Amino acid sequence: MPNVLAFAEARGGELRKVALEAVTAARQVADQVGGEVHAVLVGPAGVAAKAATLAQYGADVVLVAEHAGFANYAPETTAALVADRVKGGDYRAVIFSASQQGKDLAPRTAARLGCAIATDVTSFSVGGDAVIVTHPGYTGKVVQTLKLVGTPVVLSLRPGSVSPAAKAGAGRTEQVAADPSGARVQVTETILGDSKKLDLGEAPIIISGGRGLKAAEHFKLVEDLAAAFGNAAVGATRAVTDEGWRPHSDQIGQTGRLVSPELYVAVGISGAIQHLAGMRTSKCIVAINKDKEAPIFKVADYGIVGDVFEVVPALTAAVQQARQSSH
Amino acid sequence: MKIAVCIKRVPEMDVNFKIAASGKGVDEAGLKWDMSDFDGYAVEAALQLTEKLGAGEVHVISLGGDVVQETLRKALSMGAAKAVQLKCDAVPYDAFAIAAALAAELKAGGYDLIMFGKMSIDGANGVTQFVVAELLGLPLVHACSKLEIAGGKGTARREIEGGGELVAFPLPAVVSIDEGIARPRYPSLKGIMAAKKKPLEVRPAQLGEVRLTVEKMELPPARAAGRIIGEGAGAVPELVKLLQTEAKVL
Ligand SMILES: Cc1cc2nc3c(=O)[nH]c(=O)nc-3n(C[C@H](O)[C@H](O)[C@H](O)COP(=O)(O)OP(=O)(O)OC[C@H]3O[C@@H](n4cnc5c(N)ncnc54)[C@H](O)[C@@H]3O)c2cc1C
Repeated sequence: MPNVLAFAEARGGELRKVALEAVTAARQVADQVGGEVHAVLVGPAGVAAKAATLAQYGADVVLVAEHAGFANYAPETTAALVADRVKGGDYRAVIFSASQQGKDLAPRTAARLGCAIATDVTSFSVGGDAVIVTHPGYTGKVVQTLKLVGTPVVLSLRPGSVSPAAKAGAGRTEQVAADPSGARVQVTETILGDSKKLDLGEAPIIISGGRGLKAAEHFKLVEDLAAAFGNAAVGATRAVTDEGWRPHSDQIGQTGRLVSPELYVAVGISGAIQHLAGMRTSKCIVAINKDKEAPIFKVADYGIVGDVFEVVPALTAAVQQARQSSH
Repeated sequence: MKIAVCIKRVPEMDVNFKIAASGKGVDEAGLKWDMSDFDGYAVEAALQLTEKLGAGEVHVISLGGDVVQETLRKALSMGAAKAVQLKCDAVPYDAFAIAAALAAELKAGGYDLIMFGKMSIDGANGVTQFVVAELLGLPLVHACSKLEIAGGKGTARREIEGGGELVAFPLPAVVSIDEGIARPRYPSLKGIMAAKKKPLEVRPAQLGEVRLTVEKMELPPARAAGRIIGEGAGAVPELVKLLQTEAKVL
Protein backbone atom coordinates (compact mmCIF):
# COMPACT_ATOMS: atom_id res chain seq x y z
CA MET A 1 0.00 0.00 0.00
CA PRO A 2 1.59 3.28 -0.98
CA ASN A 3 2.20 5.87 1.71
CA VAL A 4 2.21 9.65 1.61
CA LEU A 5 5.06 11.79 2.87
CA ALA A 6 4.35 15.23 4.33
CA PHE A 7 7.00 17.82 5.09
CA ALA A 8 6.18 19.46 8.43
CA GLU A 9 7.80 22.89 8.32
CA ALA A 10 9.24 24.16 11.58
CA ARG A 11 11.03 27.40 12.33
CA GLY A 12 13.22 27.89 15.37
CA GLY A 13 12.02 24.53 16.73
CA GLU A 14 8.33 25.51 16.47
CA LEU A 15 5.88 24.02 13.98
CA ARG A 16 4.41 26.44 11.48
CA LYS A 17 0.71 26.33 10.70
CA VAL A 18 1.55 25.16 7.17
CA ALA A 19 3.05 22.00 8.71
CA LEU A 20 -0.41 21.00 9.90
CA GLU A 21 -1.87 21.87 6.51
CA ALA A 22 0.62 19.53 4.78
CA VAL A 23 -0.06 16.69 7.23
CA THR A 24 -3.83 17.17 6.91
CA ALA A 25 -3.56 17.04 3.11
CA ALA A 26 -1.34 13.95 3.29
CA ARG A 27 -3.93 12.29 5.54
CA GLN A 28 -6.63 12.95 2.94
CA VAL A 29 -4.53 11.35 0.19
CA ALA A 30 -3.43 8.43 2.39
CA ASP A 31 -7.02 7.66 3.33
CA GLN A 32 -7.83 7.60 -0.38
CA VAL A 33 -4.97 5.28 -1.38
CA GLY A 34 -5.08 3.21 1.81
CA GLY A 35 -1.56 3.94 3.05
CA GLU A 36 0.12 5.68 5.96
CA VAL A 37 1.15 9.27 6.51
CA HIS A 38 4.82 9.79 7.21
CA ALA A 39 5.81 13.27 8.31
CA VAL A 40 9.33 14.67 8.15
CA LEU A 41 10.28 17.03 10.97
CA VAL A 42 13.64 18.79 10.82
CA GLY A 43 15.08 21.14 13.40
CA PRO A 44 17.54 21.73 16.20
CA ALA A 45 17.66 19.46 19.27
CA GLY A 46 14.27 19.36 20.97
CA VAL A 47 12.14 19.60 17.83
CA ALA A 48 11.16 15.92 18.35
CA ALA A 49 8.75 17.15 21.04
CA LYS A 50 6.53 18.42 18.22
CA ALA A 51 5.97 14.92 16.84
CA ALA A 52 2.94 14.46 19.11
CA THR A 53 1.19 17.42 17.46
CA LEU A 54 1.80 15.94 14.01
CA ALA A 55 0.31 12.63 15.21
CA GLN A 56 -2.84 14.51 16.29
CA TYR A 57 -3.23 15.71 12.70
CA GLY A 58 -2.81 12.27 11.21
CA ALA A 59 0.89 11.32 11.08
CA ASP A 60 1.41 7.58 11.52
CA VAL A 61 5.19 7.91 11.48
CA VAL A 62 7.19 11.03 12.31
CA LEU A 63 10.71 11.00 10.94
CA VAL A 64 12.73 13.34 13.11
CA ALA A 65 16.08 14.79 12.09
CA GLU A 66 17.69 16.86 14.83
CA HIS A 67 20.97 18.74 14.43
CA ALA A 68 22.21 22.09 15.71
CA GLY A 69 22.77 23.04 12.04
CA PHE A 70 19.01 22.87 11.43
CA ALA A 71 18.52 26.05 13.46
CA ASN A 72 18.65 27.71 10.02
CA TYR A 73 17.01 26.29 6.92
CA ALA A 74 19.37 23.73 5.34
CA PRO A 75 18.12 23.41 1.75
CA GLU A 76 20.42 20.76 0.32
CA THR A 77 20.53 18.46 3.34
CA THR A 78 16.79 18.63 3.91
CA ALA A 79 15.97 17.91 0.25
CA ALA A 80 18.42 14.99 0.24
CA LEU A 81 16.93 13.61 3.44
CA VAL A 82 13.38 13.71 2.05
CA ALA A 83 14.42 12.34 -1.36
CA ASP A 84 16.40 9.47 0.16
CA ARG A 85 13.45 8.47 2.29
CA VAL A 86 11.12 8.56 -0.72
CA LYS A 87 13.54 6.51 -2.84
CA GLY A 88 13.84 3.90 -0.10
CA GLY A 89 10.09 3.48 0.38
CA ASP A 90 6.77 3.17 -1.39
CA TYR A 91 5.30 6.65 -1.64
CA ARG A 92 2.47 7.88 -3.87
CA ALA A 93 2.95 11.58 -3.12
CA VAL A 94 5.24 13.95 -1.29
CA ILE A 95 3.44 17.00 0.06
CA PHE A 96 4.94 20.36 0.99
CA SER A 97 3.44 23.76 1.68
CA ALA A 98 4.14 26.41 -0.95
CA SER A 99 5.50 28.62 1.82
CA GLN A 100 8.70 30.56 1.11
CA GLN A 101 10.63 27.51 2.31
CA GLY A 102 8.42 25.03 0.48
CA LYS A 103 8.85 26.95 -2.77
CA ASP A 104 12.54 26.11 -2.42
CA LEU A 105 12.35 22.66 -0.91
CA ALA A 106 9.63 21.05 -3.03
CA PRO A 107 11.29 21.60 -6.43
CA ARG A 108 14.68 20.74 -4.96
CA THR A 109 13.27 17.41 -3.82
CA ALA A 110 11.46 16.77 -7.11
CA ALA A 111 14.64 17.54 -9.07
CA ARG A 112 16.56 15.00 -6.97
CA LEU A 113 13.83 12.42 -7.41
CA GLY A 114 13.32 13.21 -11.09
CA CYS A 115 9.56 13.08 -10.64
CA ALA A 116 6.70 15.32 -11.73
CA ILE A 117 5.87 18.30 -9.51
CA ALA A 118 2.99 20.75 -9.29
CA THR A 119 3.47 23.90 -7.24
CA ASP A 120 1.18 26.35 -5.46
CA VAL A 121 -1.63 23.82 -5.68
CA THR A 122 -5.09 24.96 -4.56
CA SER A 123 -6.90 21.59 -4.85
CA PHE A 124 -5.87 18.04 -5.68
CA SER A 125 -7.18 14.56 -6.30
CA VAL A 126 -5.30 11.30 -6.65
CA GLY A 127 -6.76 8.94 -9.24
CA GLY A 128 -5.52 5.56 -10.43
CA ASP A 129 -2.42 6.52 -12.36
CA ALA A 130 -2.70 10.28 -12.43
CA VAL A 131 -2.82 13.11 -9.95
CA ILE A 132 -5.01 16.05 -10.95
CA VAL A 133 -4.47 19.45 -9.33
CA THR A 134 -5.50 23.05 -9.80
CA HIS A 135 -2.87 25.77 -9.93
CA PRO A 136 -3.43 29.51 -10.43
CA GLY A 137 -1.38 31.06 -13.24
CA TYR A 138 -1.04 34.35 -15.09
CA THR A 139 -0.92 36.32 -11.81
CA GLY A 140 -4.03 34.57 -10.54
CA LYS A 141 -6.08 35.50 -13.61
CA VAL A 142 -6.55 31.90 -14.73
CA VAL A 143 -6.88 28.55 -13.01
CA GLN A 144 -5.08 25.65 -14.63
CA THR A 145 -6.03 22.03 -14.14
CA LEU A 146 -2.83 20.01 -14.35
CA LYS A 147 -2.24 16.30 -14.74
CA LEU A 148 0.84 14.62 -13.28
CA VAL A 149 1.80 11.12 -14.35
CA GLY A 150 4.28 8.77 -12.70
CA THR A 151 4.84 7.83 -9.07
CA PRO A 152 5.64 9.47 -6.77
CA VAL A 153 4.58 13.05 -7.43
CA VAL A 154 5.61 16.13 -5.49
CA LEU A 155 2.99 18.76 -4.62
CA SER A 156 3.37 22.09 -2.86
CA LEU A 157 0.10 23.43 -1.50
CA ARG A 158 -0.82 27.09 -1.39
CA PRO A 159 -0.91 28.13 2.28
CA GLY A 160 -4.50 28.34 3.46
CA SER A 161 -5.88 26.03 0.77
CA VAL A 162 -6.23 23.19 3.29
CA SER A 163 -7.59 23.74 6.80
CA PRO A 164 -5.72 21.76 9.45
CA ALA A 165 -8.04 19.03 10.76
CA ALA A 166 -7.30 16.89 13.80
CA LYS A 167 -7.37 13.16 13.08
CA ALA A 168 -5.27 10.84 15.21
CA GLY A 169 -2.45 8.93 13.53
CA ALA A 170 -0.29 6.22 15.08
CA GLY A 171 2.53 8.71 15.67
CA ARG A 172 5.51 6.36 15.91
CA THR A 173 8.73 8.36 15.79
CA GLU A 174 11.93 7.41 14.02
CA GLN A 175 15.19 9.29 14.26
CA VAL A 176 16.96 10.14 11.00
CA ALA A 177 20.64 11.07 11.02
CA ALA A 178 21.54 14.17 9.00
CA ASP A 179 24.30 16.76 9.21
CA PRO A 180 23.99 19.95 7.16
CA SER A 181 27.45 21.29 7.98
CA GLY A 182 29.09 20.05 4.77
CA ALA A 183 26.45 21.32 2.34
CA ARG A 184 27.48 23.69 -0.47
CA VAL A 185 24.63 26.14 0.13
CA GLN A 186 24.65 27.47 3.69
CA VAL A 187 22.06 29.74 5.29
CA THR A 188 24.36 31.72 7.56
CA GLU A 189 21.71 33.80 9.28
CA THR A 190 17.94 33.96 9.64
CA ILE A 191 16.78 37.51 10.23
CA LEU A 192 13.33 37.76 11.77
CA GLY A 193 11.32 40.85 12.48
CA ASP A 194 9.01 41.05 15.44
CA SER A 195 8.30 37.39 16.17
CA LYS A 196 5.11 38.29 18.06
CA LYS A 197 3.75 39.68 14.81
CA LEU A 198 1.30 37.41 13.00
CA ASP A 199 2.56 36.25 9.62
CA LEU A 200 0.58 37.42 6.58
CA GLY A 201 0.15 33.84 5.40
CA GLU A 202 -1.30 32.72 8.71
CA ALA A 203 -3.38 35.66 9.89
CA PRO A 204 -7.15 35.30 9.47
CA ILE A 205 -7.41 39.07 9.06
CA ILE A 206 -5.12 41.40 7.11
CA ILE A 207 -5.18 45.18 7.26
CA SER A 208 -3.24 46.58 4.32
CA GLY A 209 -2.13 50.12 3.75
CA GLY A 210 -1.43 51.94 0.49
CA ARG A 211 0.03 55.21 -0.67
CA GLY A 212 -3.13 56.93 0.54
CA LEU A 213 -1.59 56.85 4.03
CA LYS A 214 0.97 59.39 2.73
CA ALA A 215 3.82 58.66 5.18
CA ALA A 216 5.43 55.80 7.08
CA GLU A 217 4.32 57.13 10.47
CA HIS A 218 0.66 57.00 9.45
CA PHE A 219 0.88 53.20 9.35
CA LYS A 220 0.13 53.57 13.06
CA LEU A 221 -3.53 53.88 11.98
CA VAL A 222 -3.31 50.51 10.23
CA GLU A 223 -1.49 48.90 13.15
CA ASP A 224 -4.05 50.22 15.61
CA LEU A 225 -6.88 48.76 13.54
CA ALA A 226 -5.03 45.42 13.36
CA ALA A 227 -4.56 45.51 17.13
CA ALA A 228 -8.27 46.23 17.61
CA PHE A 229 -9.14 43.04 15.70
CA GLY A 230 -6.50 41.20 17.74
CA ASN A 231 -5.84 38.48 15.16
CA ALA A 232 -4.73 40.64 12.25
CA ALA A 233 -1.47 41.12 10.34
CA VAL A 234 -0.40 44.27 8.49
CA GLY A 235 0.26 44.25 4.74
CA ALA A 236 1.16 46.88 2.17
CA THR A 237 1.19 47.71 -1.53
CA ARG A 238 4.29 47.94 -3.65
CA ALA A 239 3.98 51.70 -3.73
CA VAL A 240 4.48 51.58 0.02
CA THR A 241 7.36 49.08 0.08
CA ASP A 242 9.07 51.01 -2.74
CA GLU A 243 8.87 54.13 -0.59
CA GLY A 244 10.46 52.14 2.23
CA TRP A 245 7.51 52.79 4.56
CA ARG A 246 7.22 49.05 5.16
CA PRO A 247 9.62 46.14 4.52
CA HIS A 248 9.45 44.28 1.22
CA SER A 249 8.28 41.16 3.08
CA ASP A 250 4.96 42.95 3.81
CA GLN A 251 4.15 43.45 0.12
CA ILE A 252 1.00 41.81 -1.15
CA GLY A 253 0.42 41.26 -4.86
CA GLN A 254 1.64 39.72 -8.04
CA THR A 255 5.27 40.09 -7.02
CA GLY A 256 4.72 39.90 -3.28
CA ARG A 257 2.76 37.62 -1.01
CA LEU A 258 -0.39 35.86 -2.19
CA VAL A 259 -2.92 35.83 0.61
CA SER A 260 -6.51 34.78 1.16
CA PRO A 261 -7.59 35.72 4.67
CA GLU A 262 -11.14 35.72 6.03
CA LEU A 263 -11.09 39.51 5.98
CA TYR A 264 -8.91 41.90 3.98
CA VAL A 265 -9.17 45.59 4.73
CA ALA A 266 -7.61 47.84 2.04
CA VAL A 267 -6.78 51.27 3.45
CA GLY A 268 -5.86 53.98 0.92
CA ILE A 269 -5.18 51.39 -1.79
CA SER A 270 -6.21 52.06 -5.39
CA GLY A 271 -6.60 48.40 -6.33
CA ALA A 272 -4.08 48.09 -9.16
CA ILE A 273 -4.31 44.81 -11.01
CA GLN A 274 -0.93 43.65 -9.62
CA HIS A 275 -2.18 44.23 -6.08
CA LEU A 276 -5.49 42.48 -6.70
CA ALA A 277 -3.55 39.46 -7.97
CA GLY A 278 -2.33 38.88 -4.43
CA MET A 279 -5.54 39.32 -2.45
CA ARG A 280 -8.62 38.93 -4.63
CA THR A 281 -9.31 35.44 -3.25
CA SER A 282 -9.84 36.87 0.26
CA LYS A 283 -13.22 35.77 1.64
CA CYS A 284 -14.35 39.29 2.52
CA ILE A 285 -12.82 42.52 1.23
CA VAL A 286 -13.36 45.96 2.77
CA ALA A 287 -12.06 49.09 1.05
CA ILE A 288 -11.64 52.57 2.41
CA ASN A 289 -10.67 55.12 -0.22
CA LYS A 290 -11.55 58.75 -0.83
CA ASP A 291 -11.92 58.21 -4.58
CA LYS A 292 -15.23 56.52 -5.30
CA GLU A 293 -13.93 55.51 -8.75
CA ALA A 294 -10.94 53.59 -7.31
CA PRO A 295 -10.83 50.08 -8.83
CA ILE A 296 -10.58 48.50 -5.36
CA PHE A 297 -14.32 49.20 -4.95
CA LYS A 298 -15.04 46.81 -7.83
CA VAL A 299 -13.83 43.86 -5.77
CA ALA A 300 -14.76 45.11 -2.29
CA ASP A 301 -17.70 43.44 -0.56
CA TYR A 302 -18.05 46.59 1.53
CA GLY A 303 -16.67 49.95 0.55
CA ILE A 304 -16.55 53.22 2.40
CA VAL A 305 -15.80 56.34 0.39
CA GLY A 306 -13.90 58.62 2.70
CA ASP A 307 -10.68 59.96 4.14
CA VAL A 308 -8.64 57.22 5.83
CA PHE A 309 -7.57 59.69 8.52
CA GLU A 310 -11.20 60.09 9.51
CA VAL A 311 -12.66 56.64 8.80
CA VAL A 312 -9.91 54.36 10.13
CA PRO A 313 -9.77 55.76 13.69
CA ALA A 314 -13.57 55.58 13.85
CA LEU A 315 -13.48 51.97 12.64
CA THR A 316 -10.76 51.09 15.16
CA ALA A 317 -12.87 52.46 18.00
CA ALA A 318 -15.99 50.67 16.75
CA VAL A 319 -14.17 47.34 16.39
CA GLN A 320 -12.72 47.68 19.89
CA GLN A 321 -16.18 48.34 21.25
CA ALA A 322 -17.76 45.46 19.32
CA ARG A 323 -15.15 43.02 20.60
CA GLN A 324 -15.48 44.24 24.19
CA SER A 325 -19.24 43.90 24.25
CA SER A 326 -19.10 40.41 22.75
CA HIS A 327 -16.84 39.20 25.59
CA MET B 1 32.86 36.29 -15.12
CA LYS B 2 30.69 34.46 -17.62
CA ILE B 3 26.98 34.55 -16.89
CA ALA B 4 24.08 32.85 -18.66
CA VAL B 5 20.54 34.11 -18.09
CA CYS B 6 17.59 31.95 -19.13
CA ILE B 7 14.65 34.09 -20.16
CA LYS B 8 11.06 33.44 -21.15
CA ARG B 9 8.68 35.32 -23.42
CA VAL B 10 5.28 35.80 -21.79
CA PRO B 11 2.17 37.88 -22.43
CA GLU B 12 1.88 41.18 -20.58
CA MET B 13 -0.40 40.59 -17.64
CA ASP B 14 -2.40 43.83 -17.39
CA VAL B 15 -5.28 42.60 -19.56
CA ASN B 16 -8.37 40.50 -19.03
CA PHE B 17 -7.43 37.16 -20.53
CA LYS B 18 -9.83 35.06 -22.58
CA ILE B 19 -9.57 31.31 -22.75
CA ALA B 20 -8.54 29.87 -26.13
CA ALA B 21 -10.87 27.57 -28.07
CA SER B 22 -8.72 24.59 -27.02
CA GLY B 23 -9.73 25.27 -23.40
CA LYS B 24 -6.11 24.72 -22.38
CA GLY B 25 -4.49 28.11 -22.85
CA VAL B 26 -5.18 31.82 -23.13
CA ASP B 27 -6.49 33.31 -26.36
CA GLU B 28 -3.39 34.99 -27.76
CA ALA B 29 -5.19 37.36 -30.12
CA GLY B 30 -4.20 40.94 -29.40
CA LEU B 31 -1.83 40.12 -26.52
CA LYS B 32 1.42 42.04 -26.13
CA TRP B 33 4.50 40.05 -25.22
CA ASP B 34 7.63 40.79 -23.25
CA MET B 35 10.33 39.21 -21.13
CA SER B 36 8.89 37.62 -17.97
CA ASP B 37 9.19 40.11 -15.08
CA PHE B 38 11.61 38.17 -12.88
CA ASP B 39 13.76 37.29 -15.89
CA GLY B 40 14.12 41.01 -16.54
CA TYR B 41 15.44 41.46 -13.01
CA ALA B 42 17.85 38.58 -13.62
CA VAL B 43 19.21 40.12 -16.84
CA GLU B 44 19.65 43.46 -15.07
CA ALA B 45 21.38 41.84 -12.08
CA ALA B 46 23.70 39.91 -14.41
CA LEU B 47 24.63 43.06 -16.34
CA GLN B 48 25.29 44.96 -13.12
CA LEU B 49 27.56 42.16 -11.86
CA THR B 50 29.75 42.20 -14.97
CA GLU B 51 29.78 46.00 -14.98
CA LYS B 52 30.86 46.09 -11.35
CA LEU B 53 33.60 43.54 -11.89
CA GLY B 54 34.61 45.31 -15.10
CA ALA B 55 34.98 41.93 -16.78
CA GLY B 56 32.96 39.13 -18.25
CA GLU B 57 29.89 38.85 -20.39
CA VAL B 58 26.25 37.91 -20.24
CA HIS B 59 24.65 35.37 -22.57
CA VAL B 60 20.90 34.93 -22.79
CA ILE B 61 19.05 31.77 -23.71
CA SER B 62 15.39 31.29 -24.53
CA LEU B 63 13.41 28.27 -25.62
CA GLY B 64 10.59 28.47 -28.14
CA GLY B 65 9.56 29.39 -31.65
CA ASP B 66 11.12 32.22 -33.65
CA VAL B 67 9.01 34.76 -31.76
CA VAL B 68 11.42 34.45 -28.80
CA GLN B 69 14.07 36.16 -30.93
CA GLU B 70 12.33 39.44 -30.15
CA THR B 71 12.77 38.79 -26.41
CA LEU B 72 16.39 37.76 -26.91
CA ARG B 73 17.05 40.95 -28.93
CA LYS B 74 15.65 42.99 -26.08
CA ALA B 75 18.17 41.40 -23.71
CA LEU B 76 20.94 42.05 -26.25
CA SER B 77 19.87 45.68 -26.48
CA MET B 78 20.05 45.93 -22.68
CA GLY B 79 23.68 44.81 -22.91
CA ALA B 80 23.93 41.03 -23.21
CA ALA B 81 26.70 39.88 -25.56
CA LYS B 82 25.20 36.80 -27.18
CA ALA B 83 21.85 35.07 -27.48
CA VAL B 84 20.81 31.48 -28.11
CA GLN B 85 17.38 30.32 -29.23
CA LEU B 86 16.65 26.69 -28.41
CA LYS B 87 14.10 26.18 -31.10
CA CYS B 88 10.92 24.19 -30.64
CA ASP B 89 7.40 24.71 -31.96
CA ALA B 90 5.60 24.70 -28.65
CA VAL B 91 7.05 25.29 -25.20
CA PRO B 92 6.07 22.32 -23.03
CA TYR B 93 4.52 23.03 -19.62
CA ASP B 94 6.72 20.51 -17.77
CA ALA B 95 9.85 22.15 -16.30
CA PHE B 96 11.73 18.85 -16.62
CA ALA B 97 11.27 18.85 -20.40
CA ILE B 98 12.56 22.44 -20.67
CA ALA B 99 15.39 21.97 -18.19
CA ALA B 100 16.79 19.05 -20.18
CA ALA B 101 17.19 21.32 -23.22
CA LEU B 102 18.65 24.18 -21.18
CA ALA B 103 21.11 21.92 -19.37
CA ALA B 104 22.30 20.43 -22.66
CA GLU B 105 23.05 23.96 -23.90
CA LEU B 106 24.59 25.20 -20.64
CA LYS B 107 26.74 22.16 -19.88
CA ALA B 108 29.72 23.08 -22.03
CA GLY B 109 29.34 26.86 -21.68
CA GLY B 110 31.85 27.31 -18.85
CA TYR B 111 29.51 29.67 -16.99
CA ASP B 112 30.39 30.92 -13.51
CA LEU B 113 26.79 31.80 -12.87
CA ILE B 114 23.55 30.60 -14.46
CA MET B 115 20.65 32.89 -13.67
CA PHE B 116 16.87 32.61 -13.86
CA GLY B 117 13.91 34.64 -12.68
CA LYS B 118 12.45 32.98 -9.58
CA MET B 119 9.45 31.89 -11.67
CA SER B 120 7.78 32.74 -14.95
CA ILE B 121 4.91 35.13 -14.52
CA ASP B 122 2.51 33.01 -16.64
CA GLY B 123 3.21 29.45 -15.48
CA ALA B 124 4.16 30.64 -11.97
CA ASN B 125 5.93 27.43 -10.99
CA GLY B 126 9.59 28.18 -10.33
CA VAL B 127 10.87 24.67 -10.96
CA THR B 128 13.05 24.83 -14.11
CA GLN B 129 16.12 26.26 -12.36
CA PHE B 130 16.10 23.45 -9.80
CA VAL B 131 16.13 20.76 -12.47
CA VAL B 132 18.88 22.53 -14.42
CA ALA B 133 21.02 22.74 -11.25
CA GLU B 134 20.41 19.07 -10.53
CA LEU B 135 21.27 18.00 -14.09
CA LEU B 136 24.47 20.07 -14.00
CA GLY B 137 25.37 19.09 -10.43
CA LEU B 138 25.56 22.75 -9.36
CA PRO B 139 24.53 24.42 -6.09
CA LEU B 140 21.45 26.61 -6.35
CA VAL B 141 20.09 29.57 -4.43
CA HIS B 142 16.45 30.36 -5.16
CA ALA B 143 14.70 33.71 -5.05
CA CYS B 144 17.60 36.06 -4.27
CA SER B 145 16.55 39.60 -3.44
CA LYS B 146 20.21 40.58 -3.01
CA LEU B 147 23.24 39.02 -4.63
CA GLU B 148 26.97 39.65 -4.32
CA ILE B 149 29.85 37.84 -5.93
CA ALA B 150 33.45 38.15 -4.76
CA GLY B 151 36.49 35.87 -4.81
CA GLY B 152 34.72 32.95 -6.44
CA LYS B 153 31.99 32.94 -3.81
CA GLY B 154 28.47 34.26 -3.65
CA THR B 155 26.30 35.66 -0.91
CA ALA B 156 22.59 36.28 -1.23
CA ARG B 157 19.51 37.26 0.69
CA ARG B 158 16.20 35.45 0.35
CA GLU B 159 12.89 36.77 1.64
CA ILE B 160 10.95 34.57 4.04
CA GLU B 161 7.70 35.17 5.91
CA GLY B 162 8.46 38.02 8.31
CA GLY B 163 12.16 38.30 7.51
CA GLY B 164 15.06 37.11 5.42
CA GLU B 165 17.80 34.53 5.13
CA LEU B 166 21.44 35.23 4.31
CA VAL B 167 22.99 32.53 2.16
CA ALA B 168 26.59 31.69 1.21
CA PHE B 169 27.47 29.48 -1.75
CA PRO B 170 30.42 28.60 -4.01
CA LEU B 171 30.70 29.24 -7.76
CA PRO B 172 29.84 27.99 -10.30
CA ALA B 173 26.22 28.09 -9.23
CA VAL B 174 22.65 28.54 -10.37
CA VAL B 175 20.74 31.45 -8.84
CA SER B 176 17.19 32.61 -9.38
CA ILE B 177 16.19 36.20 -8.85
CA ASP B 178 13.36 37.78 -6.88
CA GLU B 179 12.27 41.34 -7.37
CA GLY B 180 13.84 44.08 -5.33
CA ILE B 181 17.28 43.30 -6.71
CA ALA B 182 17.33 45.81 -9.57
CA ARG B 183 14.84 47.48 -11.90
CA PRO B 184 15.55 46.40 -15.48
CA ARG B 185 17.03 49.21 -17.56
CA TYR B 186 15.29 50.41 -20.71
CA PRO B 187 17.29 49.59 -23.82
CA SER B 188 18.94 52.75 -25.16
CA LEU B 189 18.76 53.62 -28.84
CA LYS B 190 22.48 52.84 -29.07
CA GLY B 191 21.82 49.50 -27.37
CA ILE B 192 19.05 48.68 -29.81
CA MET B 193 21.29 49.47 -32.80
CA ALA B 194 24.18 47.44 -31.36
CA ALA B 195 21.90 44.48 -30.65
CA LYS B 196 21.19 44.07 -34.34
CA LYS B 197 24.81 43.10 -34.93
CA LYS B 198 25.21 40.80 -31.93
CA PRO B 199 25.20 37.02 -32.46
CA LEU B 200 21.89 35.18 -32.09
CA GLU B 201 22.42 31.46 -32.55
CA VAL B 202 19.58 29.04 -33.23
CA ARG B 203 19.76 25.38 -32.28
CA PRO B 204 17.07 22.70 -31.98
CA ALA B 205 15.89 22.21 -28.38
CA GLN B 206 16.64 18.76 -26.98
CA LEU B 207 13.49 18.57 -24.91
CA GLY B 208 13.08 16.02 -22.13
CA GLU B 209 10.16 13.80 -21.25
CA VAL B 210 6.79 15.41 -20.40
CA ARG B 211 4.84 14.15 -17.35
CA LEU B 212 3.02 17.32 -16.40
CA THR B 213 0.41 18.69 -18.78
CA VAL B 214 -2.30 21.33 -18.75
CA GLU B 215 -5.67 19.60 -19.01
CA LYS B 216 -7.83 22.67 -18.73
CA MET B 217 -7.62 26.41 -18.26
CA GLU B 218 -10.46 28.46 -16.82
CA LEU B 219 -11.12 31.94 -15.55
CA PRO B 220 -11.50 32.02 -11.77
CA PRO B 221 -15.07 32.40 -10.51
CA ALA B 222 -15.99 36.08 -10.71
CA ARG B 223 -16.31 38.00 -7.46
CA ALA B 224 -19.72 39.50 -6.92
CA ALA B 225 -19.65 43.17 -7.86
CA GLY B 226 -18.46 45.40 -5.05
CA ARG B 227 -20.83 47.55 -3.07
CA ILE B 228 -20.26 50.92 -1.48
CA ILE B 229 -22.09 51.09 1.83
CA GLY B 230 -21.61 54.74 2.60
CA GLU B 231 -19.38 57.78 2.97
CA GLY B 232 -17.05 58.91 5.73
CA ALA B 233 -16.98 57.88 9.38
CA GLY B 234 -20.79 57.86 9.40
CA ALA B 235 -20.70 54.58 7.48
CA VAL B 236 -18.61 52.82 10.13
CA PRO B 237 -21.49 51.49 12.30
CA GLU B 238 -23.10 49.93 9.21
CA LEU B 239 -19.76 48.31 8.25
CA VAL B 240 -19.26 46.88 11.73
CA LYS B 241 -22.79 45.49 11.66
CA LEU B 242 -22.17 43.80 8.30
CA LEU B 243 -18.86 42.37 9.51
CA GLN B 244 -20.69 40.87 12.48
CA THR B 245 -23.90 39.64 10.93
CA GLU B 246 -23.21 39.05 7.23
CA ALA B 247 -19.47 38.33 6.89
CA LYS B 248 -19.24 36.97 10.46
CA VAL B 249 -15.61 37.96 10.88
CA LEU B 250 -16.08 40.05 14.00
C1 LIG C 1 5.56 44.34 -12.78
C2 LIG C 1 4.81 45.00 -11.67
C3 LIG C 1 4.59 44.29 -10.51
C4 LIG C 1 3.87 44.87 -9.46
N1 LIG C 1 3.66 44.14 -8.33
C5 LIG C 1 2.92 44.69 -7.35
C6 LIG C 1 2.62 43.96 -6.17
O1 LIG C 1 3.03 42.81 -5.99
N2 LIG C 1 1.86 44.55 -5.22
C7 LIG C 1 1.38 45.82 -5.35
O2 LIG C 1 0.70 46.28 -4.43
N3 LIG C 1 1.66 46.52 -6.43
C8 LIG C 1 2.42 46.00 -7.43
N4 LIG C 1 2.72 46.76 -8.51
C9 LIG C 1 2.38 48.20 -8.47
C10 LIG C 1 0.94 48.52 -8.80
O3 LIG C 1 0.83 48.66 -10.21
C11 LIG C 1 0.50 49.81 -8.14
O4 LIG C 1 1.37 50.84 -8.53
C12 LIG C 1 0.45 49.77 -6.63
O5 LIG C 1 -0.27 48.64 -6.18
C13 LIG C 1 -0.23 51.01 -6.13
O6 LIG C 1 -0.19 51.06 -4.74
P1 LIG C 1 -1.22 51.96 -3.91
O7 LIG C 1 -2.60 51.47 -4.14
O8 LIG C 1 -0.72 51.98 -2.51
O9 LIG C 1 -0.98 53.42 -4.48
P2 LIG C 1 -1.85 54.31 -5.45
O10 LIG C 1 -2.17 53.61 -6.70
O11 LIG C 1 -1.12 55.60 -5.55
O12 LIG C 1 -3.21 54.52 -4.69
C14 LIG C 1 -3.38 55.28 -3.55
C15 LIG C 1 -4.86 55.36 -3.27
O13 LIG C 1 -5.07 56.03 -2.04
C16 LIG C 1 -6.20 56.87 -2.16
N5 LIG C 1 -6.05 57.95 -1.19
C17 LIG C 1 -5.15 58.97 -1.19
N6 LIG C 1 -5.29 59.72 -0.09
C18 LIG C 1 -6.33 59.21 0.62
C19 LIG C 1 -6.97 59.55 1.84
N7 LIG C 1 -6.57 60.57 2.60
N8 LIG C 1 -7.99 58.78 2.26
C20 LIG C 1 -8.43 57.73 1.52
N9 LIG C 1 -7.85 57.35 0.37
C21 LIG C 1 -6.80 58.08 -0.08
C22 LIG C 1 -6.21 57.32 -3.59
O14 LIG C 1 -7.52 57.64 -4.00
C23 LIG C 1 -5.67 56.11 -4.32
O15 LIG C 1 -6.71 55.28 -4.77
C24 LIG C 1 3.41 46.19 -9.57
C25 LIG C 1 3.65 46.91 -10.74
C26 LIG C 1 4.32 46.31 -11.78
C27 LIG C 1 4.56 47.12 -13.04
